[in-house]
Amino acid sequence: MSDSPSGEVVLVRWGEIFLKGGNRAFFERRLAEAARRALAPLEGARIERLHGRLLAWPGPDDPGALRALRALEKVFGVTSLSPARVVERKLEAISAAAVELARGEAARRGRPRFKVETRRSDKRFQPTSPEVSRLVGAAIVGALDLPVDVHTPELTVGVEIGTEHAFVFGSSVPGPGGLPVGVTGRVELLLSGGIDSPVAGWLMLKRGCELGATYFHSFPYTGDHTKEKVIALARKLAAWQLADVRLAVVPFTDAQKKLRDTGDGRLAVVLYRRMMMRVAERIARASKAQALVTGEALAQVASQTLENLTAIGAAATLPILRPCLGHDKLDTIAIAERIGTYETSILPFDDCCSLFVPEHPITKARLDDVLAAESKVDVAAIVDACIAGVETIVCSA
Amino acid sequence: MRPVVYLDNGATTRVDERVALLAAEAMTVAFGNPSSAHRLGVEAARRLDEARQRVARAIGAAATELTFTSGGTESNALGFYGAARAARGKHVVCSAFEHPSVLDAAARLKALGYEVSLVAPEPSGAVDVARFAEAVRADTAACALMLVQNEIGIVQPVAEVARAVKAKAPRCHVHVDAVQAIGKLAVDVTAQPIDSLALSAHKLHGPKGAGALWLRKGARVEPRQFGGGQERGVRPGTEGVPGLVALGLAVELAERARPEAARRMAEQRDRLWALIAARVPGARRHGDPSRAAPHILSVGFPARPAEPLLHAMEARGVCVSAGSACHAKDKRPSATLRALGVPDDMGTLRFSLSRDTTDEEIGLAAEAAAAAFVELAT
Repeated sequence: MSDSPSGEVVLVRWGEIFLKGGNRAFFERRLAEAARRALAPLEGARIERLHGRLLAWPGPDDPGALRALRALEKVFGVTSLSPARVVERKLEAISAAAVELARGEAARRGRPRFKVETRRSDKRFQPTSPEVSRLVGAAIVGALDLPVDVHTPELTVGVEIGTEHAFVFGSSVPGPGGLPVGVTGRVELLLSGGIDSPVAGWLMLKRGCELGATYFHSFPYTGDHTKEKVIALARKLAAWQLADVRLAVVPFTDAQKKLRDTGDGRLAVVLYRRMMMRVAERIARASKAQALVTGEALAQVASQTLENLTAIGAAATLPILRPCLGHDKLDTIAIAERIGTYETSILPFDDCCSLFVPEHPITKARLDDVLAAESKVDVAAIVDACIAGVETIVCSA
Repeated sequence: MRPVVYLDNGATTRVDERVALLAAEAMTVAFGNPSSAHRLGVEAARRLDEARQRVARAIGAAATELTFTSGGTESNALGFYGAARAARGKHVVCSAFEHPSVLDAAARLKALGYEVSLVAPEPSGAVDVARFAEAVRADTAACALMLVQNEIGIVQPVAEVARAVKAKAPRCHVHVDAVQAIGKLAVDVTAQPIDSLALSAHKLHGPKGAGALWLRKGARVEPRQFGGGQERGVRPGTEGVPGLVALGLAVELAERARPEAARRMAEQRDRLWALIAARVPGARRHGDPSRAAPHILSVGFPARPAEPLLHAMEARGVCVSAGSACHAKDKRPSATLRALGVPDDMGTLRFSLSRDTTDEEIGLAAEAAAAAFVELAT
């Protein structure tokens, strides 16, 4: 990262928020709140709202704003970030900063072909944007004799002119995109220690959902190392939520035993999953979540056929969102690696001795068979017992 | 949850308070670098030397033959892998149930072009002396055998094996992993023709991250790291003085307590087995009891998976180990246990005692095992 761009401030840009018409102000406010939470651990750092941009001022311990930049890269809704110089709203000052920036770039990479791009959020500023670009470009040519290339530049010198300051920057880094967390509603994630469910949660966070998580713990068949691993995953999600994740740990062993004892062991996984949906739904409704989220991918394992997903989904009244449904495993792994959950997910403390799962589970569960099996147990009592045993853990980033 | 009964001393032990105090003093008072020329350095070097003397006395060695390390794994890496790398031959021998620090080293040697012979244990849980010697050739560079097998606690015929190996291949380096043996068995490096021996502090009420390799004068090993010449260049790097002075005292205390402690642990071990056998129908004690180390009892539970048994015991306040690695796909017992004839659906727990184990704990552990066995009935 020795080439990390540095600056006095970070310009924060967003994208899709513009599409949301009347909600725009609300979305912008949520984005600014999220950015403030992202910067909260950095002493002295602050967010300033500009017209159509956010401006992040780093703290005194963060020269070059590199730490602020890293923190803001986790704010959903942000499309790109640029470390920038802050200069007076005067053409001479802008040109001088642009020349200095281009000089540094020229020293690093020869004679880059360049262009200047200007944006005025304060349209009262004169001259116009194209004219500013032309004048600043001329200053760079005059000082450094760099070749101009407006179509395929190797260096783009950005100029933004706001109401109080102007900004000059040489590069942008991508943000995570998506929407600020919390603008689309709240969901309850069924979180396991595997690779898929943390990614499913992250994808919903990215679409602006606030997240709670439910984990089903089968002690003593699963040890507490697995629980710790799930907590670690919830903490990773908290880092993207920019707020604590409430994790509900549900003791599930008794439920599994009762369901297993209904007879056909090949139905067991479908019966477990249906029970999980019911329990998660109760937890979801209590926290005002509007949907359940799972990491299921179509046909990835036996319980994830269309028939079984249908039988599982029939147990829930809330919608079940499956953002990984169309993923190949490698797609999900690629995201898991990017968001930092993969290394935790592959720790060897998974459902080590899944005693109650048969070698060949049914792939096309018939709802009639499922309902017949469930008629042998008191479903409501099982759900109540699960809810009564819930341990709530607040997971911080 | 706070464990009330700790019978996992084969994994690690509680540090003796006297040992912890000595380590703390080496961090806060005598904190010098033993290589420093001033008085603080001299004081640290003096304490380090005292620790070396203590370890040497316990195993009948000369202090100059001891190399301090970070623990059992590093001592095995130097004593087995390092010896193989320093020798001319390209063949090594070890038992098939050595610790992973030896088995994985053997795998690495194999990747480097060495031939590797693994000697499987007999149903007794010990290797056969003649079969081990048979695997050794005139050009064998190194062989390794642990003194107490860590999973099942069976004492291996190390002295006999060493004599048989040397008779056949006098230049073969014989390495002994004694990590589970110090403080439980009398160990005298001069009484047998071995070349190196590994020990670790945290198995005998010392801290983690400290160990030693005894290396017979004249035996050669290739260093695994390079630097300032400490530990005669075998293991350079500023010595971990706090852990090492703790190692020295821990070994001395363990050796002082050993005669009495070993007798008591062996009694407790046998009583634990008797209590479990009376409560758990079909339970199996692994390995030949007449060859058992005093502190380890390995028990198979019919038709029960190992790790859930462990957690069911944990829920009753009793901490033990699963005697077999348990993987999502492979629920079978470990290769060691299968070699002993343990059936695939038998889960194994390892109960490992320490000199602090009480009779009450033995009773509680047996009750918890019986209850866990019932809880996990399918």
